[in-house]
Amino acid sequence: MTRRPARHSYYEANARQRLRALLDPGSLREFLGPEARATSPHLESLDLPVAFDDGVVVGSGGLGGHAVLVAAQEGGFLGGAVGEVHGAKITGLLERALAERPRAVLLLLESGGVRLHEANAGLIAIAEILRALLALRAAGVASVGLIGGVYGCFGGMGIVACCCDALIMSEPGRLGLSGPEVIETEMGVEEFDARDRALVWRTLGGKHRYLLGEATRLVADDVAAFRGAALELLEHRRPLALETLAAEHARLEERLERYGDCRDAGEIWARLGIAQPQRLPLLDEDEFLAAAAGARRGGT
Amino acid sequence: MEHLQFDFPGDPAAPAPHPHGPGYVLVGVVSSGNLEVLLEPATPGGGCRVRVDTAVAGYGAVWRAVLAEFCARHRLRDLTISINDMGATPAVVSLRLDQAFEELERGAAR
Repeated sequence: MTRRPARHSYYEANARQRLRALLDPGSLREFLGPEARATSPHLESLDLPVAFDDGVVVGSGGLGGHAVLVAAQEGGFLGGAVGEVHGAKITGLLERALAERPRAVLLLLESGGVRLHEANAGLIAIAEILRALLALRAAGVASVGLIGGVYGCFGGMGIVACCCDALIMSEPGRLGLSGPEVIETEMGVEEFDARDRALVWRTLGGKHRYLLGEATRLVADDVAAFRGAALELLEHRRPLALETLAAEHARLEERLERYGDCRDAGEIWARLGIAQPQRLPLLDEDEFLAAAAGARRGGT
Repeated sequence: MEHLQFDFPGDPAAPAPHPHGPGYVLVGVVSSGNLEVLLEPATPGGGCRVRVDTAVAGYGAVWRAVLAEFCARHRLRDLTISINDMGATPAVVSLRLDQAFEELERGAAR
């Protein structure tokens, strides 16, 4: 066996560790850092502890010498859920990008969606993030989403992820609207068994999202791999135009037609023409990309 | 939730803290059984003021013991220590405090 070089796991790192390893060394400058104590005004009244950064790091930095603005959600704090201050920090960053025109905005997404403790304030925050992100895309500033954390990317932030110009995922990073537990609670364990980890990763994980065309790149669980992919995608744009939207609708309609009766992601992989689809979860990234070549559906 | 505040006398002979970069040190995350620790330089000539916001009430005496030991062992002075805690055990608190001190030292060595 050949030994792999030591990896810096994206999955295991926290938000600040990811940013420090992703950006050029020493280039991260935080806006509204922990010393500013921009904490949630709602959690206190619910008798819950706050975080000094409300669970998201925003700032500027360099990526291969290019100026970028960055936001990184901390999944460890309330599952990366978006509250009023957390959302305002991301929206503020995107609005700053509209004014400053950096080379790109990198969104390190890890979130269960709206912070239910903050209810409407969290919902409004997601809407504001979406509006700011679309304004940025309309202005031609690149937006790249990165998903590879413990908590995945769900709910409103799942929508935000799909509105980026490009999306980088690792296999353990998951992307969806309703998360596994939500689906099981709403539809029953027969519909989706949230404790079946293999099923969860097959259905929501990076490999499947890449094959369906939602993730632009599938990378190893390594911050350096995420960095390399982000550098490659600085020029990647999805023009915000009516034709883009019409093509997206046609793609989703076709997907439903082709795979609507499938009970498992494995059946979809077989229909995509992948030989031995049951082996896909076992392949490393290079083997997987070779197996997926030609089978991947168009998308982002 | 419980809000605690402690003041520990500083050692006038000890070196003053010099956090690098942004001027503070932050370690840890507010997640279950975990905590975040923020170290910031305070007005010179003072000791250590510690503010703890913890999800678990009733452990003031334990917090005081762990924090007093930490401040004495590292001969700290002129420092504000702010903690958000989500039920970390005393051992985890001690490890996080030591991690924060290491970061502070690394900054001073630069």
